Amino acid sequence: MSRAVEESNRAMLRARDAMDRAYAEPLDIPALARIALVSEAHFIRTFRATFGETPHRYLQRRRVERAMALLVETDRDVTDICYAVGFGSLGTFSRTFRQIVGESPTDFRRQRVAPANVPSCFTKAWTRPSSFG
Amino acid sequence: MGMTMNAISRSQIYVLDQDAALDFYVNKLGMEVNTDQDLGFMRWLTVNLPGDPEREILLEKPGPPALDPATAEQVRELLTKGALGGYLFMTTDDARKTHEDLVAKGVEITDEPTERPYGIDFGIRDPFGNKIRIGQMFPRA
Repeated sequence: MSRAVEESNRAMLRARDAMDRAYAEPLDIPALARIALVSEAHFIRTFRATFGETPHRYLQRRRVERAMALLVETDRDVTDICYAVGFGSLGTFSRTFRQIVGESPTDFRRQRVAPANVPSCFTKAWTRPSSFG
Repeated sequence: MGMTMNAISRSQIYVLDQDAALDFYVNKLGMEVNTDQDLGFMRWLTVNLPGDPEREILLEKPGPPALDPATAEQVRELLTKGALGGYLFMTTDDARKTHEDLVAKGVEITDEPTERPYGIDFGIRDPFGNKIRIGQMFPRA
């Protein structure tokens, strides 16, 4: 039993890594399910059981985290950033950003300063807005 | 009071299988076996980067008697979902070339080489779930 859990966890992690890598591309559940070696229906359910949120939600947080970084570290305009991180419309981006971060992209940009030079993987993991309160 | 410690000589990460770990860290990453000894109660397996035997990484398999079976199982579950925290940072003279080599060897890339304020770095994951970051660092200001 435990070996099966380990193999499932590792496969789900492999799929999550793929989302981290290709966050700006459309969410491709069939491709992710293939990486995780499970059916599509099984993938969403197992991902959620493993990481506490759906693949869709994880990808949203990954994209918003990228957007937060670009808002702080660059002068690119909000629309440009919206598409760069993978959102299909400014409306969805603004709504999702506000829902997750609690303020609009423009307000967020005004109030933040760029973080210190820590390895980007830590910044990525720790600046990702939480789903878990 | 002055500190007298002068080096980080050994670090530890958990692995699910020491033979698979040896294959990955030595044959894929190009590290060297420092010590591989059956101590009876455990297999003491450490590796180091070539030319740097003073800094070893212990590849430890979680299990009894050090950990009870249920705890060892928890460790394995967290490790495989990438949540255990085992993390190695290595430096290189050429991040893009190292990345190319590792891709050719089928290593899982988590993050492509990217130039950051501190250097050019990329991320990989070992077969068990540990994260490794490899960076070509700029001189510190």
